[in-house]
Amino acid sequence: MKNYILKRVLNLILMLFAVSIIIFLLVRLIPGDPARTLAGEHASLEILETMRKKWGLDKPILEQYLIWLKYAFRGDFGQSILTHESVLKEILQRFPNTFELSVFAMIFASLIGISAGVISAIKRYTIFDYTTMFIALFGVSMPIFWLAIMLVLLFSIKLNLLPTGGRISVYYSIKHITGFYLIDSLITLNFGSFFNVLKHLILPSIALGTIPMAFIARITRSSMLNVINQDYIRTARAKGLPEKTVILKHALKNALIPIITSAGTEFAMLMGGAVLTETIFSWPGLGTYIVQAVNARDYPVIQGAVIFVALIVAIVNLIVDLVYAYIDPRIKY
Amino acid sequence: MEEETLENEELVISESFFGESFRALRKNKSALIGLAIIIILIFVAIFAHLISPYSPIKQDLYNNLKPGFWAGNFKNFLGTDEFGRDLLSRIIYGARVSLSVGVIAVIIGIFLGSLIGIFSGFYGGTLDNILMRITDIMFALPSILLAIVIVSVLGRGLSKAMIAIGITYSPQIARVVRSETIMVKNTEFIEAAKAIGAPKLRILRVHVLPNVLSVIIVYTTLSIGSAILDAAALGFLGLGAQPPTAEWGAMLANSNHYITGGYWWVATFPGIAILISVLGFNLFGDGLRDAIDPRLRKKM
Repeated sequence: MKNYILKRVLNLILMLFAVSIIIFLLVRLIPGDPARTLAGEHASLEILETMRKKWGLDKPILEQYLIWLKYAFRGDFGQSILTHESVLKEILQRFPNTFELSVFAMIFASLIGISAGVISAIKRYTIFDYTTMFIALFGVSMPIFWLAIMLVLLFSIKLNLLPTGGRISVYYSIKHITGFYLIDSLITLNFGSFFNVLKHLILPSIALGTIPMAFIARITRSSMLNVINQDYIRTARAKGLPEKTVILKHALKNALIPIITSAGTEFAMLMGGAVLTETIFSWPGLGTYIVQAVNARDYPVIQGAVIFVALIVAIVNLIVDLVYAYIDPRIKY
Repeated sequence: MEEETLENEELVISESFFGESFRALRKNKSALIGLAIIIILIFVAIFAHLISPYSPIKQDLYNNLKPGFWAGNFKNFLGTDEFGRDLLSRIIYGARVSLSVGVIAVIIGIFLGSLIGIFSGFYGGTLDNILMRITDIMFALPSILLAIVIVSVLGRGLSKAMIAIGITYSPQIARVVRSETIMVKNTEFIEAAKAIGAPKLRILRVHVLPNVLSVIIVYTTLSIGSAILDAAALGFLGLGAQPPTAEWGAMLANSNHYITGGYWWVATFPGIAILISVLGFNLFGDGLRDAIDPRLRKKM
């Protein structure tokens, strides 16, 4: 097991190197003067010179990469052209927002997806089963940003129940400790803000969670159907256990393994793929950060943020695999 | 002479194979609904200039944001947008854009992915290792993010969005085709072809390619739906189709500003058009997969 983890971490580092090389080359492929791109459209000649020196743009491309890597290792991904702030600092400010949203989306997706999948499997070929699977098919066929707009239209504009977007209302303030709004408002016992943040989370979580929910429902159903016909389920029923125990303790527990893997992969992808949901709800997360950077041709930000997302995705996938090994004793590494 | 009979036999086998798949498909009601949606979509796309009541880009600022049939306005059945353009006409022309983007993007992805997959699976060894590590790297990023990064390098626009989506689709296709190729490679008839001394490229073309073709066909259908979704997403973010092109995603780009004013139709109908089209391809793709090869259910 130790060896396996070591191997995976090593793999992860190699993969990050590869991603960084590719992103580095891609950014260099963009036509124009990289010094000007790094320094901004209106930079003076002196600044351009310092930029060229700092990033070694007069040197061969391999050396340039090594210089970039040296700075990256120190946590210096350069400065944003747009805000002149450190890219890493901005990423770390925005990451908790995306993380909090992704966690809520995943909770929503798992709760609804797994229960719908289990009931569908038990009541196979009934109206409930057909309806659920049809809704799941709708879920994967729907443009997520359109769903988000429709949710805002219904719940914010027509019913006036929930905010149209943003992280927190202007009347509330939060003391920044961890960067996670819910945690920060809880530990400072600021319940007004806590509920306000929670209200802002509902619609984006539903929008972001719908596609994973549909996937989870489909996988849960097929995984449960596989398990339900096993001998040990018949044994459990034969010895007179109540149906609830058979389904929840004997069947679902074993069906859960493939569900966890796919839910984990989905979660990893949400962290970087929340671009559309974040855009609709003006959510100050990593997704909107990258889109802004692309629109402003803010290359240091694109470079830094994409590598950061790759790191997060890799870490989450590693954790999922370890959890997988832990819950399934048949798996030995 | 002998070769001729062999080829004839192969023909008979492939005919019954497709015949069988077709029969299975005909029994699948949801696949038929999907097929019907696709046919209607193609029809609308081809004859957009005949069906649509108005020009999709002609502005009429006196009549902007007018509601449609629900308010008794049958001139603009689905209402008008912020520039007074007829929404129905834009959605009809949008079918042309979305369908061609979806199909072309997937063709690019299938071409790249199949090439990588077949060579990787057939030759194995170092080539396989290098190609698969490259697909690993592409899997490290969510596809929409990868597409955004590629578009930021290529520049925005519809044709660039197609290329970006095609590239992001290739690794997954490469993997599926690779595993299928490896399976075919280990069958006896490949062994036999090798034994009689057929050159490698000929084996690849004559024996391997036709056998992985069914996977490629199924994958194409299933991918067109997601490619339409991704193209709409890029259009929505302003990175795909540029105004005034009538593209469903781009039509939604500003619509969240209008829903606050109560102009819900601007945001609703283009989304429904996307939903129905993607649903069509997904329904048909699922049916096709089950009909051609139920084994694939687990892989896709």
